[in-house]
Amino acid sequence: MNDTTPDPDAFYSKVNQAFPEAIEDVIDFRGERTLVIRQEFLREICLFLRDDEDLLCNFLEDIVADDMLPEYPRFAVNYHVYSIPNKQQLRLRVPVDDPDDGPETVASVWPIASWLEMEVWDLMGITFKGNDQLRRLFLPEDWQGHPLRKDYPLGYEEVQFSFNWEVIDAKKPYAKD
Amino acid sequence: MTDGAGTGENDKLTPGSDIVQELTIEELRAKYGSGLTISSEDNMLLSMGPQHPSTHGVLRLLVELDGETVVNLAPDIGFLHTGIEKTMESKTYTKALVMTDRMDYLAPLSNNLGYIMAVEKLLDVEPPPRAQVIRLILTELTRIASHLVWLGTHALDIAAMTVFLYTFREREYLLDIFEMCAGQRMMASYFRPGGLWRDVPEEFEPAVRKFLEFFPAKIADYEALLTRNPIFLDRTKGIGSISAEDAIAWGLTGPSLRGSGVDWDIRKATPYLGYEEYDFNVPLGSTGDIYDRYWCRMLEMRESLSLVEQALNRLPDGPVTIDDWKIVPPPRSELGRSMEAVIHHFKIWTEGFRAPEGSVFQRIESPRGEFGCYLRGDGTSKPARVHFRTPSFVNLASLPILGKDVFVADLVAIIGSIDIVLGEIDR
Repeated sequence: MNDTTPDPDAFYSKVNQAFPEAIEDVIDFRGERTLVIRQEFLREICLFLRDDEDLLCNFLEDIVADDMLPEYPRFAVNYHVYSIPNKQQLRLRVPVDDPDDGPETVASVWPIASWLEMEVWDLMGITFKGNDQLRRLFLPEDWQGHPLRKDYPLGYEEVQFSFNWEVIDAKKPYAKD
Repeated sequence: MTDGAGTGENDKLTPGSDIVQELTIEELRAKYGSGLTISSEDNMLLSMGPQHPSTHGVLRLLVELDGETVVNLAPDIGFLHTGIEKTMESKTYTKALVMTDRMDYLAPLSNNLGYIMAVEKLLDVEPPPRAQVIRLILTELTRIASHLVWLGTHALDIAAMTVFLYTFREREYLLDIFEMCAGQRMMASYFRPGGLWRDVPEEFEPAVRKFLEFFPAKIADYEALLTRNPIFLDRTKGIGSISAEDAIAWGLTGPSLRGSGVDWDIRKATPYLGYEEYDFNVPLGSTGDIYDRYWCRMLEMRESLSLVEQALNRLPDGPVTIDDWKIVPPPRSELGRSMEAVIHHFKIWTEGFRAPEGSVFQRIESPRGEFGCYLRGDGTSKPARVHFRTPSFVNLASLPILGKDVFVADLVAIIGSIDIVLGEIDR
């Protein structure tokens, strides 16, 4: 099943050499390698991964945010980075303490990041420094809250229609102006 | 052609009114910020969709027009958002499966496969060989079925009506095969953790063989209608081009990426289901225009046929599920005579199985591109986090690049050529 096995040490040793204090932890699970890195080094490491002539990580597959409630730090953002020439993948995991003070945007490294960060902000509420396009993507413009957070209720709430708007509006603080 | 001209007459309605709240054009401009700035006072802002057949679902495009030329555009999505990722966190791993069908409703079995392989990776189990081969056959047939819908609607967008009727006729045959296996034409949920729901019926192999026999002639029929059709060529050649570098930078995957000549197919790059043992080619385009993307998909259908034939020829006998009652429900026949089977049956349908702590990411090549499933287990029987990297969602991001400085009519053709399904964009 280990069909996405990265070259075990190429990424780690290279990144560790270039940024000795950036890597907090290395996780190997089911043949996938995750580098847990510190938030402030994210953009430089991404640039390094893209431009290094051995690594050539030219493709950003996905950005996924995790809510680890009640752990600390609560949030983490995962960057799935892929190298099409080398056919290798790597996951960068960035722990985030404060969602309003999130990691720097990597849109200057991979343009698609801007679009993916928008999704993360919309559903998980993690901001990305330097991305001025964070807006509601899936949810309505006036939506309050970020539904993928663990403290966001899942259902069991009365649905707001036009005929019962006032009733619910009286109970919910955010439906008011 | 399009509905709702940008006149700015929709005043913001107060909450509580019985009319759906809409934004004014000024608010829209503010909202999209640098994504949509009006560069000239003479230009018109047009809202295209969400209810428009050529946007393939409920996609809304805000288009800035200079005459008939698109100057700028911004996609507005979310009309089908149902919070699938959030809902899955409250279901057991097996129950969450049924929601993957509903994302890309034109290729439900590919979605099943991506999710199930992620669950199996997390559990560290491997399904038996027969299940692997049947999975491969069905996902390749799904690829053909999905490409048939794409071909029909894409041709319909550029006013070639006939193809649509033909492709849906052949797709119907494939849906009958899926129904034969799973009991459902579209929302199959046929792949389960540890294997398949049940073995394929006896009629499966003859039905697929019959399809292999008659389908090549059908592809020739479609090509006779389109490939050298001068109207089709005029509408597709040299329009909506994207270079290989841009395609990679903007995250395009699947035939939309390979149309630009980038040789990246997950079935070759990081093989799963034993794709490395099969002999098939990855069709590539060169210029990355609509025609190249069309041509890649047409060739892909033939490659899929060859894959299905190779897989059928090597279809091994044996069980289709692993022999672990912690993960796979015990067979019905055991329930009457084995106490353990009853206990396992009860446990698996009430609590489900527990997956270990850890995160996995599984990517597969869906008909539209890379379908990735990120799964984080926390030791309970429900996933702590599920995320889908859906190809349509990412491919849509490059639409503002592809659709610059083209005619509105060509924009419609470009939307068709990147083959989006709104169900998996909004999910």
